[in-house]
Amino acid sequence: MASKHKYSVLLPTYNERDNLPIIVWLLVKYFSEGKYDYEIIIIDDGSPDGTLEVAKKLQEIYGEKRIVLRPREKKLGLGTAYIHGVQHATGDFVFIMDADMSHHPKFISQFIEKQISGDYDIVSGTRYAGDGGVHGWNFKRKLISRGANYIVQVLLRPGCSDCTGSFRLYKKEILERLVKACRSKGYVFQIEMIIQARHMGYSVGEVPISFVDRVFGESKLGGHEIVEWLKGILYLFATT
Amino acid sequence: MIAKLYQWLIAGSILLSIWLALLVDYVQSDMISQNKYTIFMIPIYLAVAFAVYSAAVVGYRVATFNNCDEAAVELQQQIKEAREDLKKKGFVFTER
Repeated sequence: MASKHKYSVLLPTYNERDNLPIIVWLLVKYFSEGKYDYEIIIIDDGSPDGTLEVAKKLQEIYGEKRIVLRPREKKLGLGTAYIHGVQHATGDFVFIMDADMSHHPKFISQFIEKQISGDYDIVSGTRYAGDGGVHGWNFKRKLISRGANYIVQVLLRPGCSDCTGSFRLYKKEILERLVKACRSKGYVFQIEMIIQARHMGYSVGEVPISFVDRVFGESKLGGHEIVEWLKGILYLFATT
Repeated sequence: MIAKLYQWLIAGSILLSIWLALLVDYVQSDMISQNKYTIFMIPIYLAVAFAVYSAAVVGYRVATFNNCDEAAVELQQQIKEAREDLKKKGFVFTER
């Protein structure tokens, strides 16, 4: 189904030299198949591995209309990457997703159709509902994920089955408003975005997605991440 | 809307005052005085019930967490396709 809207994809990258060409190729493929108008905004935070050079090469191949480069000097965090990217977005809708291929672009048409079906302000991908799921996770990882999600559901009641997920479609002006209202970092940032959205009365739709864990590079989940996550959840518990 | 912390504190203090009222015979009733021990244990029963419920929910969700094996196979196939197509378009992959 074609749509009269334009979709801007924000791709924050840091050392994604191997993943970036593939994710861009897949985005181009699925946006073209759906006959959607789109642009891909690559926000590289000064990757030492040459991600920006790869991005420039992709821009030569696909054109400056489709591939927009908005690099930054150094790593400055996800929230500011979204603010930075959205300032340059020319679409009326904005996709945010990870550049590491754990979020597959084949789902974009489902996000768009879901958004249109209920005029949702936000459509969020969920690994925890319907046909959603994960690949490459052992029992321990699944237990941590489900346990953490359960704690969030009980303590924060966010009204969204997968709040840590960062594959989402936003109406552009709503993304801008939300990013400015949120102060958390890391995993908790995505949770706060949804909670703030609920407080402001925005509607959230969900699309089940399959999450294939990083093909190239390593995922980060250690003791430090868990402590930071817990602090973030308690902060939201006390303030929202 | 008030923060979740305060919602919990309000609900907690209401339940706590009801429990204490029963425990110190603020409400006079034979049924209450005969079941003092049970009333005293209510918070522990509730905590155990909640823990069992939570463990069951999380356990069930871990057990039914979909393994998207086809998605991983499809992605690997598409990575090959993408690399071939990008090479044709003039993209040079530098191996690490």
